[in-house]
Amino acid sequence: MNRKNQKSELIASLVSTIWFVILLFPFLVMKVNVTGGKAVVIFRWSYLPVIAISIFVLSFLWRRALEWNQHRGDKTPVRTPLSGIRDFIITALRRKPIKLGVMALLLLIVLAYPYVLGMYHTNIMITALIYVMLALGLNIVVGLGGLLNLGYAAFFAVGAYTYGLLWKYAGPAFISAGIDTGWLFWIALPSAGVIAVIFGILLSLPVLRLRGDYLAIITLAFGEMFRMVLQNSGPVTGGATGISLIPRPWLFGIRLPPRQAATYIYYIAIILVIFTIFVVRRIEDSRVGRALEAMREDEVACEAMGVDLVRNKMATFALGAFWAGIAGVLLAAQTTYINPDSFTLWESIMVLMAIVIGGTGSIPGAIGGALILKLLPEYFRPLAQYRMLIYGIAMIIIIIFKPDGLIPRNRKRYTFVEKSASDSVPGVQK
Amino acid sequence: MSEIVAPILDIQNLSMVFGGLRAIDHVSLHIKSGEICALIGPNGAGKTTIFNCVTGVYKPTEGSIAIQHGEHPKEEIQGLKPNTINLKGLARTFQNIRLFSNMSVLENVMIGRHNSLKASIFNAILRDRATKEEEQRVIDESHDILKKMKLEMFINETARNLPYGAQRRLEIARALATDPFLLLLDEPVAGMNPNETKELEETINIIRDKEKVTILLIEHDMSLVMNVSERIYVLDYGRLIAEGTPMEIKANPEVIKAYLGE
Ligand SMILES: Nc1ncnc2c1ncn2[C@@H]1O[C@H](COP(=O)(O)OP(=O)(O)OP(=O)(O)O)[C@@H](O)[C@H]1O
Ligand SMILES: [Mg+2]
Repeated sequence: MNRKNQKSELIASLVSTIWFVILLFPFLVMKVNVTGGKAVVIFRWSYLPVIAISIFVLSFLWRRALEWNQHRGDKTPVRTPLSGIRDFIITALRRKPIKLGVMALLLLIVLAYPYVLGMYHTNIMITALIYVMLALGLNIVVGLGGLLNLGYAAFFAVGAYTYGLLWKYAGPAFISAGIDTGWLFWIALPSAGVIAVIFGILLSLPVLRLRGDYLAIITLAFGEMFRMVLQNSGPVTGGATGISLIPRPWLFGIRLPPRQAATYIYYIAIILVIFTIFVVRRIEDSRVGRALEAMREDEVACEAMGVDLVRNKMATFALGAFWAGIAGVLLAAQTTYINPDSFTLWESIMVLMAIVIGGTGSIPGAIGGALILKLLPEYFRPLAQYRMLIYGIAMIIIIIFKPDGLIPRNRKRYTFVEKSASDSVPGVQK
Repeated sequence: MSEIVAPILDIQNLSMVFGGLRAIDHVSLHIKSGEICALIGPNGAGKTTIFNCVTGVYKPTEGSIAIQHGEHPKEEIQGLKPNTINLKGLARTFQNIRLFSNMSVLENVMIGRHNSLKASIFNAILRDRATKEEEQRVIDESHDILKKMKLEMFINETARNLPYGAQRRLEIARALATDPFLLLLDEPVAGMNPNETKELEETINIIRDKEKVTILLIEHDMSLVMNVSERIYVLDYGRLIAEGTPMEIKANPEVIKAYLGE
């Protein structure tokens, strides 16, 4: 990157910073304290430089990352011992028996997990699995569609509140009718998906023409606004206190003690994650997924090739929102308690970090990134207060040294076997 | 060919104003079915801007752009969205190559065939028989197009890793994949060496003769323009200053003046 370029990038980052600071001011710097019936606005000025500096650094890094991305292919890949191991694993996994063996082993570990490790670890794992779903969903939006959505947590909230509100308003009716309230979970699950999709489409409409920074700013504002609405609609949503005593899912009428409840929510989460992976993989390798990627690569060319960008963007937001909605229901079922604080900007950023660390556009990357980001901090509690710092440093190191992420996307390869001069029998291998 | 054939592209009185700059100034031109026509002119004459107006990237300030192909009635397309215009049978390449650079060569062409496929998100998830067959069909068709453009050795290569000349050809392949009746090429040989240029000249002829695609091309390489095109339009400062056969254009004093300056 030449000097001039760098300068213009610095300026662009500065502009973004100013934008973000203005936008975030009412959320982060101003705080309304209600004491004795009087609202007092507190200005937390010390937050201002912290926010400004971190946004500036992030924005600049993001630009650098894009720049790196542009020139990623210019270098021929360097063969390191690590890439050798990776290639070895990939070729080994291509062989059917090995692949099946690994899958069986993985399944066994996954199934045995709650019995071997107990409830504490199972609960942590459920949280991580919820993040895996979020990361897989956001990966469609950011990784495939190339649309930077910082309001993703709002869809997560839509899902959780769908279940919460369903419980709050339909729960009493269920109880008086003598129906197990655990059924609500199974009603909430598909409804949350649908409602999140509707929200996704609604959000996509005003942002159809936006890209990059502007899209990030608007979606961020949307996410925060949504949270504010939840917080300030006390009579309906329970306000800042949220909704509690949300029932655990119904499972063949069995009333389980909390310990086992965690176990079966864990299994539900596993099934949902497998379902997500299955669907997301199929979408990625299809006409729809290709069009999303083409849109990420070049909107002008994409449109010139006959792809409808409006529909494409709506589909991107809708698909991403769907998984967040489902994940939200799972969160409500696991914690049995939701309030707006679970859906802050920080959640959106965490999920985004997960896919950047794992490798944008890569399904194994999103899974790996989410697991790392959610599990490691749980097991390094003593370092909890340095969490941000560690995340930040990790991000910088990855963006600089491994801009493709830890598990970059492995592009599908097509093989064609020439049968005769005139026709060919193509086969496809992954 | 008879002279009464209706033009497949008919541009009337087209103007495009950017702020105070009149990039195109009342230009009228037409393209006949089956011809190879060139649009030339000095840098900044407004050639690319005409392409952008025709393909829907810009909405023209005034004037009309009409197409008439086969049995279809004549229809005006100015101001329509680029994807709609592409669907009607106009495809283009870009002066500054705009490939889907992180996607494979085959996938680039497959995007061109996007509209010849029907699979929805639900089909993609269910992956039913029809969808699988359709997917296989698009792979085959894209492969064929790549063979025609002599790119089959690059099929799984990431587009950005292709040599420059191959990238230009891939842009043409991708445009052809949309089944156009009119292909708009914006400086297809810019940056190519003489051998590659010669090869592309043949390709352009093949596209017209075998694929029956009409071609309008912008080019600065005069030998290519004179060799392939049957008719040439010359643009200068957004205004049309000449039209004619290569011989006529070569001899036109206005054109010589525009190119050599006063
Ligand atoms: N989007 C735009 N906004 C403002 N001015 C523009 C825009 N697009 C083109 N122009 C201006 O219109 C004029 C014509 O540009 P155009 O790109 O069409 O030229 P061209 O004939 O293709 O030149 P070249 O041979 O260099 O490609 C130029 O002066 C250019 O600066
Ligand atoms: Mg041009």
